[in-house]
Amino acid sequence: MENIHSHLGHSANGLLQEIRQQTAVNIQACYQCGKCSAGCPLAGEMDFPPSLLMRMIQVNKPETDEKVLGAYSMWVCLTCNTCSSRCPMEIDIPRVMDHLREKSFTLGKTNKKASPIIDFHKAFLKSIEVNGRLHELGLIVYYKMLTFRLMQDVMLAPGMLLRGKLHLFPERIRQRKQLAAIFKRTYKRRKEQEV
Amino acid sequence: MNIGFYPGCSMQGSSPEYNESVQAICSALGISLIEVSDWNCCGATAAHNLNRELSLALPARILAHAAADGLEEVLVPCAACYNRLKMVQHEIGADRKLQDSISEILDEPYQGNARILSILDFLERDVEPLLAEKIMKPLKQKIACYYGCLLVRPQNILDAKRHEDPQSMDHIMQLLGAEAIDWAFKTECCGAGLSVSKTGVVAELSGRILDDAAHRGAKAIIVACPMCHSNLDMRRKAIEQHRNKDFDLPVMYITQAIGLALGIDPVKLGLKRHFVPVNLEL
Amino acid sequence: MARIGVFVCHCGENISATVECDKVAQAAAGFPGVVHSIDYKYMCSDPGQNMIREAIREKNLTGVVVASCSPRMHEPTFRQACSEAGLNPFLCEMANLREHCSWVHEKGEATTKKAIDLVRMMVEKVKRNQPLYPIRVPVTKTALVVGGGIAGIQAALDIANGGNKVIMVEREPSIGGHMSQLSETFPTLDCSQCILTPRMVEVAQHPNITLYTYAELIGLDGFIGNFKAKIRKKAKSVDEKICTGCALCTTKCPQKKIPSEFNEGLGKRTAIYVPFPQAVPNKPVIDKDHCTYYKTGKCKICEKVCPAQAIRFDQPDEIVEVAVGAVVIATGFTIHQTGFFPEYGYGRYPDVLTGLQFERLASASGPTLGEIRRPSDGKIPETIVFISCAGSRDPAKGIEYCSKICCMYIAKHAMLYQHKVHHGKSYVFYMDIRAGGKMYEEFVRRAITEDQVNYVRGRVSKIYERDGKLIVKGVDTLMGAEAVEIEADMVVLATAGIANPGAEELAQTLHVSYDGHHFFSEAHPKLRPVETNTAGIFLAGACQALKDIPESVAQASGAAGKVNILFSKSELTREPLIAVVNRSAPPEYSTCVGCFLCQPACPYQAIEKEEIKDRSGKVIKTVARVNPGLCQGCGTCVAFCRSKSIDIQGYTHEQVLAEVMAVLEND
Repeated sequence: MENIHSHLGHSANGLLQEIRQQTAVNIQACYQCGKCSAGCPLAGEMDFPPSLLMRMIQVNKPETDEKVLGAYSMWVCLTCNTCSSRCPMEIDIPRVMDHLREKSFTLGKTNKKASPIIDFHKAFLKSIEVNGRLHELGLIVYYKMLTFRLMQDVMLAPGMLLRGKLHLFPERIRQRKQLAAIFKRTYKRRKEQEV
Repeated sequence: MNIGFYPGCSMQGSSPEYNESVQAICSALGISLIEVSDWNCCGATAAHNLNRELSLALPARILAHAAADGLEEVLVPCAACYNRLKMVQHEIGADRKLQDSISEILDEPYQGNARILSILDFLERDVEPLLAEKIMKPLKQKIACYYGCLLVRPQNILDAKRHEDPQSMDHIMQLLGAEAIDWAFKTECCGAGLSVSKTGVVAELSGRILDDAAHRGAKAIIVACPMCHSNLDMRRKAIEQHRNKDFDLPVMYITQAIGLALGIDPVKLGLKRHFVPVNLEL
Repeated sequence: MARIGVFVCHCGENISATVECDKVAQAAAGFPGVVHSIDYKYMCSDPGQNMIREAIREKNLTGVVVASCSPRMHEPTFRQACSEAGLNPFLCEMANLREHCSWVHEKGEATTKKAIDLVRMMVEKVKRNQPLYPIRVPVTKTALVVGGGIAGIQAALDIANGGNKVIMVEREPSIGGHMSQLSETFPTLDCSQCILTPRMVEVAQHPNITLYTYAELIGLDGFIGNFKAKIRKKAKSVDEKICTGCALCTTKCPQKKIPSEFNEGLGKRTAIYVPFPQAVPNKPVIDKDHCTYYKTGKCKICEKVCPAQAIRFDQPDEIVEVAVGAVVIATGFTIHQTGFFPEYGYGRYPDVLTGLQFERLASASGPTLGEIRRPSDGKIPETIVFISCAGSRDPAKGIEYCSKICCMYIAKHAMLYQHKVHHGKSYVFYMDIRAGGKMYEEFVRRAITEDQVNYVRGRVSKIYERDGKLIVKGVDTLMGAEAVEIEADMVVLATAGIANPGAEELAQTLHVSYDGHHFFSEAHPKLRPVETNTAGIFLAGACQALKDIPESVAQASGAAGKVNILFSKSELTREPLIAVVNRSAPPEYSTCVGCFLCQPACPYQAIEKEEIKDRSGKVIKTVARVNPGLCQGCGTCVAFCRSKSIDIQGYTHEQVLAEVMAVLEND
């Protein structure tokens, strides 16, 4: 009986409504033509191609919403915008992906397979928070600490150093305190929203 | 001519040759660029994937600095930074409430009116008209212009013409004497920010791009995005291993190609910094 | 003294559920001038109408107010009932208690009070009504049919066979329209030209039909029964009366590489040409834009070879004015070209075709004589992909609607392909299969089950060319949105059907309304599907909305029926609700000061100048006069008149003001 997909028990405040309210994207407009999935360069990597993800949100049940938030799809999405540029209903799928990622991340529901990708983003933001600008070497070192992928890309580093593409020391902005305050305010707001 | 300039992290970090070539052709053509003061990172993919407010606030700070510097327009050669700045300008500009909210985070009023120029906007408007007289060494080669995603999509917000088959780089390359081939992967994705965390994906996606360009007889690929460049150039070994095939296909920034045609020293254009050597017969 | 009767209707429960009808009737009984007031369950029923008739006779009523529904539906019913009892029908008014009150409000005191107010307004109005008499106008029993496709042909033949005259205007050198381009027709697969050409010939030979081809309607004035149409007959540069149609000229013309419109650009034609072998009339025209002589002043080869000496290079365009009583618009549709689709190559790939181009390839009279061959290299495609909804149901591309005919013609195309290329593989990318129609669903099923056409549910994202193949990147949404990539030799796009370019301009010429996509609007989407909002102008075929051949023919016959009904009487009556400029005793004669601001304001050119003369014939005053035949009662002149000298009969200043005061004074 578990496999029977029931359309009873719709949520009144599921992802469908939340996305409509917070991003102004109406996923009900999707008529499942699949053009997004057909054009998506990453569809093959995803557990649910974009059109299927839209359908799952349309179903609007707590169980499917859980599946959506735990999906791998949005973490491999590269925001290339191919889907939305061709969507006949002009649905801003990349915006939805952004929403799903942030929601899944703040609720701690992220797909396990996505950890290296998320760790990379975390390392990236850390580098900016500290320096104001990206410091590639710092980013890579921090990323390796998070993922234990110690040997990855080691062969690339000497070549990069040789060609002046990797700097030992970060370039920093002057108003670092002001920038750190910007980071802090966004974190604080997110905490408030969770409460 | 004074134009604001936002280099972004890549041009200072892993893609210095893009910066060098932009600077070299500007000084050759008498265009001066004024760097936005104390600029910060735009937040790139990481910010909009994990923290929407941060993804708006970081570019908003850049725009605020440009406004404070009195810059009416800002050239943003990095396609990724350009895309983020345009998106943020579009989103915040259209939403009063969001403006207030972002001003609060910035702790200063949002000022986002500077006109953001992509490298293609800039080249088309300010460089193209000067080119004809200054070309010393025409690039008589078959080349493939690769635009990627971030310069053309979302087409409505970026106001991209012919977004499925853009022409502006092709046009410039033709002016330089090259033959710009008609190919199918002009605006396909290279794998972008998954370069480190999912190198396999980049090898597959960038591999398809190299394959189509090579198959149609291109002798070089011309790009305008540091991410595209590093995926097609720096990741070449991984691509070749993945496809089990070697490609003799250098990847140049459009500004490097213009520099070469203007007769600028390849070293000054950063051409020695590439992983795939550029040995075009000129 | 006014003696008004008020009749309050319950409309079953439609009104009485929220309005206390008995209270309304009681209140109305107390209004000044009301001598009779009752309520009843169904006023429009026979007993209800009898109540009105009897009251008029017994109480000698001078006016009637029926408080019921919208006058749109039942005004004629009640006015007829009054007329039968000897009361002038224009002394009967309706207060709309249903749409304006009971349906839009909750039950309550305020609702009943509003109903009472509505009745009070109408009582005050009807007290000021004047008896009016219908206007009689003569009818010119000739119809103008604009467009010579299957809809125009059917309408023209039906009108002509009904004994009335028809003038048909067709823009192209031949009649036949899109149907003449089709190979076979669904769901019977009978040959399109075989069933069409006899009708085309019948049009040409019919004694009641005058055919103007290579001609355009450029103006229309007048009103139902009495239109004046202006037609431009473009110079054909050929004297049709002398030309024998031998077509020698078309074989000798040096301009041989002009893309043929009839073959959708897949074949070539000459500058002097007959669009296709079965053309009606079967006589050539010279396309001035491509003719060597018109471009350079030299050539005239056609003139030299013409055995009948029929070439006339100096022939001018001719403007013809005709009087007609009715107009049938049957101007058809067009389709988007493949260049409309960025993701499918901006029209750059020669083997990506439209549905109409495929029709020409499949047609025995087409450029390949019915063999399906690629335009690029002439090869027979081994794999072919059909894509439905190419532009239709695509708000991003500006078209929300379904083009309606594509699902069926795609099934037909795939079938024709499989019949002609037995070893070939065909794929159809679709979102939904819309096959509502007699034997339509069965037809599509046959394509799938008998002819092995592969239907894939999903939309194609991109097409690109590689090594002579077209790579089609689609998806199968019934397989969990799995990617489907097909290396095709030919792709056929079912591009969206759209209104003809120039449809908007034509609508403005004809004073008919049109929708956001420039399709002409019918007067009522359900009950008046062949009429426009302009009396005497009717619609047939795809110019109203996309439709297939049987539907176009049915609508054309419907429009023809309407025309024949109109022409069945020698004069027709119109409601006298028109503008009138007042007249009074000397020395004023009228309050009109003759400023004639009304004249340019009138959209129907109905304002005339009238000279008022004394007995000796001296002009005392020039005032405005409204031509009752032309006036449509729109009231624009009333708004423009600075001296309040114009009134709409039945809606005079006095009547409308009385209605307003009836509410204000009571509050």
